[in-house]
Order: sequence, then structure tokens, then C-alpha cells
Amino acid sequence: MIELVGVNKHFGLHHVLKDVTLDVPSGQKLVIIGPSGSGKSTLIRCINMLERPSSGTVTVDGIEVTAHRAPIAKVRQQVAMVFQSFNLYPHKTVLENVTLAPIVVSGVSKEEATESGLRYLERVGLSEKADKYPAQLSGGQQQRVAIARALNMHPKIMLFDEPTSALDPEMIQEVLEVIIGLAQGGITMLVVTHEMGFAREAADRVIFMDDGMILEDGTPEHFFENPQNDRTKLFLSKILR
Amino acid sequence: MTELFERIGFLQQGPFSVPRWEALFANMDLLWDGVLVTLLVASLGLVLALALGTVIGVMSASHSKVLRGLARAYVEFYQNTPLLIQVFMIFNALPILFTGMFIPVIVIGILGVGMYHGAYIAEVVRAGIQSIGRGQLEAALSQGFSYVGAMRHIIIPQAMRVVLPPLTNQAVSLIKNTSVLAVIAGGDLMYAGDAFAGRYGHYGPTYVVVGLLYFVMCFPLARLARKLELRAKEA
Repeated sequence: MIELVGVNKHFGLHHVLKDVTLDVPSGQKLVIIGPSGSGKSTLIRCINMLERPSSGTVTVDGIEVTAHRAPIAKVRQQVAMVFQSFNLYPHKTVLENVTLAPIVVSGVSKEEATESGLRYLERVGLSEKADKYPAQLSGGQQQRVAIARALNMHPKIMLFDEPTSALDPEMIQEVLEVIIGLAQGGITMLVVTHEMGFAREAADRVIFMDDGMILEDGTPEHFFENPQNDRTKLFLSKILR
Repeated sequence: MTELFERIGFLQQGPFSVPRWEALFANMDLLWDGVLVTLLVASLGLVLALALGTVIGVMSASHSKVLRGLARAYVEFYQNTPLLIQVFMIFNALPILFTGMFIPVIVIGILGVGMYHGAYIAEVVRAGIQSIGRGQLEAALSQGFSYVGAMRHIIIPQAMRVVLPPLTNQAVSLIKNTSVLAVIAGGDLMYAGDAFAGRYGHYGPTYVVVGLLYFVMCFPLARLARKLELRAKEA
């Protein structure tokens, strides 16, 4: 479903991704773990081309998005992203946030987008907030709306870029529960997170990144019980105490 | 009462004497015609300036070096040359470009103030767009919006609130700047005043009244700008 081959990314002199190769089959729930600055956010942002790799190829659902004049906007409709800072549209109501892109970008009728949008809002437990504005919601609620907004594009792939890192501790769980619920379905999911409990519970594959490279790649059991790389061990010892 | 007035010297003779005032008030029609032309040029000029300013502002906030360069060149050219010279250029260039075509002076005025203030509005629009966090553009792009679609549906509606007060100030400047039309016989308020004043030498009262008329057109807008600014601050 997603294939990265020899991907490098430079920000000026900073070499953020170093020759990364990664193959994510359809339906996989992949959790990406690593210290800050290890390149994990940049990695998933290369998948929907919010960052353009300096070299290498990225192929999403059979389309090479790194190719010249690739239909990136088309691919992005299939690849929904949930951001650390939610990025809801503050001038739109919750329902409008959820229906705007389906109507304007995908050309879905307003009735249809509203109907499915309300369904997804219900799924994240927020249908009664449909007419509120984002600023009237708590951080956890905003992030759940952002997930409903992503879902209403009916994506094949969902990218989560540290979805709980900007949340107060008491709100992390409500968002994680929604994501764990989604992980039961067939969507391909890539989740950058520091939530180890979530990785154990929801992932069927965990990769560990440091310094722009993938250092560990395996099942959650392998990752937590039997890590091979020294830097992974060091990281886990700091995080798991 | 009249006796009292008769004793006040400057009302009897000089630039502000009563007969001059009377002559002006008898000919106010001329000034009203000028007001209409000024309002027409200002409103159509503002439409042009807003359209140009939005397009060029979006260009200068874009990632394309070419678009940014073009936008920069436009803005720098129009901001760093006098409007008066620009209007002269249009006045003299248009008949060469469109030989044999009659171009009303009003059109030159609309083009002149429209293009000039378009440059200033472009800067206002650029600053407004850049005041909206990068996350908004990324969210829109990640949903499959094109750059222009993201601007139209997500960024510009949010930038509007920030941009409205300085835009209103631009409208005020634009109204005042339509007065350059006077130098090419534009029929606007300044020209109407000039023409009337010059014919009989009634400069004093005419310029006072013309100035007041500009004030009446601009002051409400300036107040509006202030109000919008306060509201933007509250939000």
C-alpha cells in the first residue's frame, strides 16, 4: 500500500531522513516510535507529500507521488492526516469542518457528506457538538473532530502525527480509545506516538527510528520484549523505567 | 446681524469674502457632479484594487519563486513611484496601445488608483495570509485541496478578520487619491473644484468645501476601520 525506497530528506545542512526504505502492506497498523528529532514525523509527512523527499521514491496505492507531476491532490484524498495540533478550521463549525473537503474536493453532495459526517461525529462521541465552533471544544474533543474530519474523506490510509502530544493528560485516553477503535477496521494506519501502551495494544508492527534511520522493525512483542538495537534498548529503558 | 458682518473685514474682501461663498453655493451642482465621479472612480477602483491585491497577495505568499518574484516586482514598482506619474503614464500609454479607441478619463482614473492601491492591498493580503498558522494550509492540502482552493476556503476567510481594518484604511486613501484625476481633467471632485475656483478666483471657499466633502466621504470609513480594529483585537 505504501512503499518508500531510499528516501532522503535534508533541511538545509540537517540530514533528517537517511536512505529510508519501508513497505507498509494494506491494512497494517504501524506505530512509529523514536526520540524527538529522529525524523518520524518527517517520514509520514513524506507519504502525503507535505514534505518532498530530497531523493528516493514514495509510492502510495500504486501511484508514485514523488514522480514529476504526480496527482498528489488525488492521492491526498485517500490519505487522511491527523495532526499534533489538530488544525481544525476555526471559522467553520464542527460539522462544516467534517464536510467541507468531501463537498468541495471530492464532489460529494452536501446531504451525503452531512449524513456520513454526522455518523463519524457520533462514532467519536461528538454528534451533539456538530454546531459548535472548534474554539468551544476541549483539546481532546477537537482532536476527535479532526479524526472524524479525516474519516469523512473515506480514506484508505490514515496518518497520525503525534495525535496526543498536545493534549492534557486527562484527554489522551479519549483520543487513544477512538484510534484503537479505528484500528479494528481495515484502514491502513501509520501512527507516530510516544504512547507505548497504545503501541502494545493497537499496533501489529512497530518501527523505532533514531537519527533519520529505522533501527528496529517488528511486532510489538519483539519490540518491547526483545529489542536488538542498543539505541532501542536505551530508549526503552528511559521510557519504560 | 448683517451690520455685524459688515464690520468684519475678511468677510467683505479677500479670498474668503461672502460673495465668493455665495457664488460657490450657487454653483454647488458642479461639485456634486464631481462627487459622483469621485465616488464612481473610487468604488470601481476599489474593486480593481481588491481583485489585483488578492491575486498578487496570494502570489507573494506562495512557494513559487517565480510567482513571488513577479508579485514583488509589481508591488515595488507601484509603491515606489508617484501615483501622479503612473496616471500620466496610463493617460499617455493607453491611446498608443489602443489606437483610435476612445478611452474615457474615468477609466484611466479607475486603472490608476486600482493598480496603485492593488500594490498596497497585496501587501495587506500577504501579511494577513502569513498571520494564519502554517497548520491550516497543511490541513487543507492534506485533505486534497489545491493551493488556490485552500486559500479560497480556508486561509482567506480567516485572514479577512485581520485584514479588514487595514483594507478599510486603503479604501480611505484610495478615495483621497482619486484627486490626481484632476491633473488629467478627470471630472472628479478635485477637478470640479479646481475648475470652478480657477474660473473666478474663488479658491478659498471652494477648497474648504471640497476638503469637507472628501472628509465626509472618508471619515465614516476611517471610523469603521477603527471599529473593526477593536473588534479584531477582542476576538
